[in-house]
Amino acid sequence: MELTGAEIFVRSLRDEGVEFIFGYPGGAVLHIYDALYAQDKVKHILVRHEQAATHAADGYARSTGKPGVVLVTSGPGATNAVTGIATAYMDSIPMVVFTGQVPTHLIGNDAFQEADNIGITRPCVKHNFLVKDVTKLAETIKKAFYVATTGRPGPVVVDIPKDITAQKAEYHYPDKVHIRSYNPVHVGHIGQIKRAVSMMLGAKRPMVYTGGGVILSNAAESLTRLARELNFPVTNTLMGLGGYPATDPQFVGMLGMHGTYEANMAMHHCDVLIAIGARFDDRVTGNIDKFCPHARIIHIDIDPASISKNVKVDIPIVGCVDNVLKTMLAELENVGQKPDATALGAWWQQIDEWRARDCLKYDRDSEHIKPQYVVETLYKVTKGDAFITSDVGQHQMWAAQYYRFDKPRRWINSGGLGTMGFGLPAAMGVQFAHPDDTVACITGEGSIQMCIQELSTCRQYALPIKIVNLNNGYLGMVRQWQEFFYQKRYAMSYMESLPDFVKLAESYGHVGMQITRPGDVEGALIEAMQQKDRLVFLDFLTDREENVYPMIPAGGGQNEMILI
Amino acid sequence: MRHIISILMENEAGALSRVAGLFSARGYNIESLTVAPTEDPSLSRMTLVTSGTDEIIEQITKQLNKLIDVVKLMDMTDGPHIEREMMLIKVSAQGEYRNELKRMSDIFRGRIIDVTGETYTIEMTGAGDKLDAFVQALEPGLIIEVVRSGVSGIGRGDRSLKL
Repeated sequence: MELTGAEIFVRSLRDEGVEFIFGYPGGAVLHIYDALYAQDKVKHILVRHEQAATHAADGYARSTGKPGVVLVTSGPGATNAVTGIATAYMDSIPMVVFTGQVPTHLIGNDAFQEADNIGITRPCVKHNFLVKDVTKLAETIKKAFYVATTGRPGPVVVDIPKDITAQKAEYHYPDKVHIRSYNPVHVGHIGQIKRAVSMMLGAKRPMVYTGGGVILSNAAESLTRLARELNFPVTNTLMGLGGYPATDPQFVGMLGMHGTYEANMAMHHCDVLIAIGARFDDRVTGNIDKFCPHARIIHIDIDPASISKNVKVDIPIVGCVDNVLKTMLAELENVGQKPDATALGAWWQQIDEWRARDCLKYDRDSEHIKPQYVVETLYKVTKGDAFITSDVGQHQMWAAQYYRFDKPRRWINSGGLGTMGFGLPAAMGVQFAHPDDTVACITGEGSIQMCIQELSTCRQYALPIKIVNLNNGYLGMVRQWQEFFYQKRYAMSYMESLPDFVKLAESYGHVGMQITRPGDVEGALIEAMQQKDRLVFLDFLTDREENVYPMIPAGGGQNEMILI
Repeated sequence: MRHIISILMENEAGALSRVAGLFSARGYNIESLTVAPTEDPSLSRMTLVTSGTDEIIEQITKQLNKLIDVVKLMDMTDGPHIEREMMLIKVSAQGEYRNELKRMSDIFRGRIIDVTGETYTIEMTGAGDKLDAFVQALEPGLIIEVVRSGVSGIGRGDRSLKL
C-alpha cells in the first residue's frame, strides 16, 4: 500500500523506535503534523521556541544515549533551531533534526518562509540531507539515524520539502543501510594498544585525562576498572564529569581553566598522559606551549581528526573508547605486570600535597548566600543522585566543581559551544526520559531568561523540574572577567530590570520561592524536592561579587593558577 | 609546502560546497580546485591544491576524510605524480608582436586556437609553473585575458586513486 510522505515519515520514526519528537508546527510541516495526530506511538512535545526543541532533544540524548529527534518548520523554524544544532555538534551529541522546506518547485525562489537549511546548517552538522524524492524518504531517515549515532556522534539535518510529504510511495524501512564513504573505525589497532600499555606500565607520574568520549561510548565502567587496576589519578574535563566517580579517592577533580589545583598541577608534572575521549580543548590546555611539558602522550579517540589537532601525541589510538579500554584491560592481564609502586607512591604523595591546598574552599561564614554552598547543599539534599543540567557561566563552573557526579549521563551542559539558554529546555528532555528522577537545572538569572518561555512547556506537560537560580544580578562570568581584566568597568549590567522570578514562575502556574539567607538554603531545597509533582523555581539571591576559583588566566600554563 | 590532494567524492548536489565550506571554516588555503564527474557517474573527482605545514596538511586530509560525501582521497605529492593544468590566454598580436608571439607559443608548446586581425588565443597545457613562466615571459601589456583550469593530478605508474 502506498503512503504519503508524511505517513512514511511517522512510520519511519516509529520503526526507528523514536519515543519523543520535540518540535513546533508551521506551514511547511502541516502534512507531517496531521500524520502525527493520527497516531500515538511517537509522542510529539510542543515547545515554545525551536531552540528549546533542539536543547530538549539534546538533553534527552545526553541522559539516555539515544538520539534526540526534532521537527521544525521551514525558514525561521529551522534558523531558530541552528543554535541547538551547533550546541549538539560541538559536544558530539546524536540528534536528528527534521526541517520543513518550501515545495521543491519553489526552492530558490525566495518563497515565503524559505531558508537554505542545508547551507545554513552545513558547518554545524555531521551531515545533512535534502529529500527530493518521496521514494527515498524512508531510506534517508534511516541513513540520518545511522550517521548521527555511529562513529563520533553528531547532529544530522534532514530537510523535507512540503510537496514530498504529500506525494505517495510504497513504504519500506530498511533494517540496515550502507554508506560506502562512511566506515567509522570501531576497534583500536592492537599494536598501538600494546605500545600504550607498555608506556603506561613504565610511567612514574601517570595521569588519566578523560572527556565526553567516555560518556558517549558508555565507557565509564571500563575506565574505572582500568584506573583502579593501575592506581592512576584521574581527571575529567567539563564534558567528562561522571565518567569516573567523583567521590573516588583517585579522582582529582575537573581540570582546565577552572579546574582543581591538584588536577592541573598533576597534568603539568606528569610523565605519561593518557587522554581518553578528550580533545585538548583550549579551556583545558591553557597556553598550548606550556601544556604538559614533561609528558609522553597516549590519545584514544574515535575521531582521527581529533588526534594531534592541538597537541602532538606519541601514541594515537583510533577507535571506540570502550572497546579500546577493554582491550587494554585484557592486554594488562596478559602482560601481568604492575606499574612501579614506589614511584606511584611518591606521585600520590605529591598529589595529596597539592590537594591539601583545598583549592575549592570558600567563605562558609559569610552573611551572604554563597553560590558554592547552594550547589553543595543541592548535592547533599539530592544525595548526589539527581540529573543536573546547567546553563553557561559562573553557575556552570560551580555546578561542575561542587556537585560530585558518580555516574555518567547525570551532568548535562553545553561544554563546547557554551550556549546560554540550554539548561531549562535540556532539563525538559531529561525529565521526559526519566519521569521519576529528580532533575535540577542550575542556572543564573542571565541564562534562564534566554529560554524562560519554556516554563509554559513545563506547565503543559507537568514537568517537575527544580530550577536553582543562582541570582547575583550580574552576568557573573562577564563581570568576573571585567573585574580581573577590565579594571572593574562593568559594561552592560541589568540589575535594575530583572523580573520578579517568583511571580514569573507563579504566572506560569509553578511554585516560586526566593531565598535570601544562608540559613534558609537547605530548608528551601528540601521543601522544593518534596514537591514531587511541581516545578519549583528557587531564586537564590547570592553573594553578588563571588568569583570562580581557581582560574588559569588567558595565556597561562596549567601550573599558573589564580587561587583564592 | 604545496600539496595536491585528489578526492573521489559522491557526485551529489552540495558535495562541492562541503569541501569549500570546510576550507573556509577552518581557515585553510585553497590555491586551486577543479572537479568533474568520472567514468563512474556516481563519483566526482576533485583536485585541490593547498599549502601548509605537515600538521595542517594532516588535519586537512583528516577533516576531508570526515566528510560523509568523501569516498577516498590521496595526497598526490606523497609520491610520484603528474600534474597538469590548461590555460587559455588571449593576447594582443599586432605588428612586430604577431610573429614573436607565435614563436613564444611554439617554444612553450602552446597552440594558437583562435586568430583575428588583432589577437591570438593560445591554448597551453603543463604544470602550473610552466604556465606561470609563459605568462611572465610575455610583455604584460599584450595580455588581454587569462583563463586557467586549475591543477589536475594523477599518480605515476601503479599509483592510482580508485574504488
